[in-house]
Amino acid sequence: MTVVAQTAGQGPRATARRLAGALHRRPRLRLALLLTAPLLWLAVLYLGSLAVLFVSAFWTTDSFTSEVVKVWSADNFHTLFTTPVYRQVILRSVGVALAVTALCVVIAFPVAFYTARVARPRWRPLLVVAILTPLWASYLVKVYAWRLILSQGGLCDWMLEPLGLSGPGFGLPATVLTLTYLWLPYMILPVHTALAQFPANLLDASADLGARPGRTFRSVVAPMVLPSVAAGSIFTFSLSLGDYITVQIVGGKTQLIGNLVYSNIELDLPMAAALGTVPVVVIVLYLLAMRRTGALSSI
Amino acid sequence: MRITRTLRAAAAAALLLTAAACGSSGSGGGASPGGLNPPDLKAPSALGRTEGQVNLIAWAGYVEDGSNDPKVDWVHDFEKQTGCQVHSKVAASSDEMVKLMKTGEYDAVSASGDASLRLIASGDAAPVNTALVPNYKDVFPDLKLQAWNSVKGKAYGIPHGRGANLLMYDTQKVNPAPTSWSAVFDDAARYKGHVTAYDSPIYIADAALYLKATRPELKIKDPYALDQKQFDAAVALLKKQNADVGEYWSDYLKEVSAFKSGDSVIGTTWQVIANLAASEGAKIKAFVPKEGATGWSDTWMVSAKAKHPNCAYKWLDWIVSPKVNAQVAEYFGEAPANAKACALTGDKNFCATYHAADTAYWKRVAFWNTPIQQCLDGRTDVKCVPYAKWVQAWTEIKG
Repeated sequence: MTVVAQTAGQGPRATARRLAGALHRRPRLRLALLLTAPLLWLAVLYLGSLAVLFVSAFWTTDSFTSEVVKVWSADNFHTLFTTPVYRQVILRSVGVALAVTALCVVIAFPVAFYTARVARPRWRPLLVVAILTPLWASYLVKVYAWRLILSQGGLCDWMLEPLGLSGPGFGLPATVLTLTYLWLPYMILPVHTALAQFPANLLDASADLGARPGRTFRSVVAPMVLPSVAAGSIFTFSLSLGDYITVQIVGGKTQLIGNLVYSNIELDLPMAAALGTVPVVVIVLYLLAMRRTGALSSI
Repeated sequence: MRITRTLRAAAAAALLLTAAACGSSGSGGGASPGGLNPPDLKAPSALGRTEGQVNLIAWAGYVEDGSNDPKVDWVHDFEKQTGCQVHSKVAASSDEMVKLMKTGEYDAVSASGDASLRLIASGDAAPVNTALVPNYKDVFPDLKLQAWNSVKGKAYGIPHGRGANLLMYDTQKVNPAPTSWSAVFDDAARYKGHVTAYDSPIYIADAALYLKATRPELKIKDPYALDQKQFDAAVALLKKQNADVGEYWSDYLKEVSAFKSGDSVIGTTWQVIANLAASEGAKIKAFVPKEGATGWSDTWMVSAKAKHPNCAYKWLDWIVSPKVNAQVAEYFGEAPANAKACALTGDKNFCATYHAADTAYWKRVAFWNTPIQQCLDGRTDVKCVPYAKWVQAWTEIKG
């Protein structure tokens, strides 16, 4: 009885050991087994859906029933490049994304410098947590809060009133402002990390050689932190380019590329797909540009 | 490294393809020639056993089971009486309704006029045998067999209710009180940055309605049947209006908040928005200007692919039964379709406020319809601008 139980218990254990041995001898098989699932996920779900998006951009729709007709034609891209309004909206969206990124850099640098080098070391982690806390709140809550702040007679108007000014109201500036607020932590974090790891003796050396703070910043700090700024800008740029909800809430009558995709998706899916490829192409180009700065290795 | 090279190759390929795209000519979508010839579908001649459940697509507030407000519930009684479990999906726009109906997963939809003809033409909605809906006999006659709920005398649905797109203004900031739509078109510059408008291509009809009264030389008869010249005039008017618009609204809560804060002071609205804004303290007034107004009339339609048609018919009859029609009309803020509903509303003046039985009032309202290539006003010498072009124009108007 006990003998039978023992052999039965050894059976699976022996197979497992044999299997482990086989895997140990064949590292390639081991790698294949490990990577199949994530690669399938990447290739089928992610790249696959991008491919479907791109392919469906070449279909057309029945103009009355808005059913997708699977006839190949490049008309959607033709319209995309010949209709002035699409060009305008694409340029506006890229402009908003660049403006948000630039504002984030300008604000993030001093903040990150303070949290990484000026503040007392025991306060630093707390400050980083404080920067991250807005990310815990819902996106919609934050945007609606900005709608209240920027509305007629809202907080912004009230604060600017003594100066004889009024707030920007809803529109493009409000959109840039709100998006900057939303994505700022994504810029501060990489810059903070870069500045925290920055060797202090380089600053001393620069000062010893007679460089003023401005020169030190330009020639020593900026080149070393630039990859991290570029890494942060990938987040701020791509998140701003794809956003269409903020602009609906605080953008007044402004349309960005996401709004065009949204307004076409129900009636003209192929056109929406054609519009949707634009941010993909823009972001690929942006990534290629950022790769030159070495940003991709510091994300 | 290899990945980036692939990316670069993909980007290059994309650029090449798009360059090729620029050279191609427009072949356009194939519109159905000869106007509206819906697929020949048959309405059932008799009802069978109920299927135990029904899937509905509805505007917010049309299918209430007490989950939003415990006092507002006409779904549980229906479930008790018919044994049909109700599953409802709220749609935010007519376009979304059309898209959902195409999935074939739903049995019935409360379609507005800018969706109904599309559903009929694509064969997604089936004709309705009104004899199987006993309460249909009490529906106001001026709602029956209209251009947006029937084709060639064949009914495609049961009228649910109707409302007008009113002009709302802030009584403190807008002086003198407007009487005409000119306040948001030709004179909009007076309230620059604080004018609002409905964010949908169908709003082009509002401009056409105004041009119909103010520019007779355009000879607009029906704001949903515009030839190219009339359409261009309406679009030009809206492009001019765009300079003075503060924001467009599609979400009614957004309009309520804009009027409360003063970000919007004048623009189109629905009666229910006006009531809500007034109850929240906004000093507003809403009315039908002298040119008349556009409006909507919703129709409950049955899907051609309905899996639970008997329950769907039971729902159609239930929603226009006097008591329920009164409840839903009062909750949503629209004129009921059933004439007997007026005796059963909580507020005895409700039907008077909403002009439910006021035929003369509704004569001034041009109900939403789907613009198609064959002119809806009966002209045969010109081609009208179809809805797909309205959608493109609306994007261009907003800029």
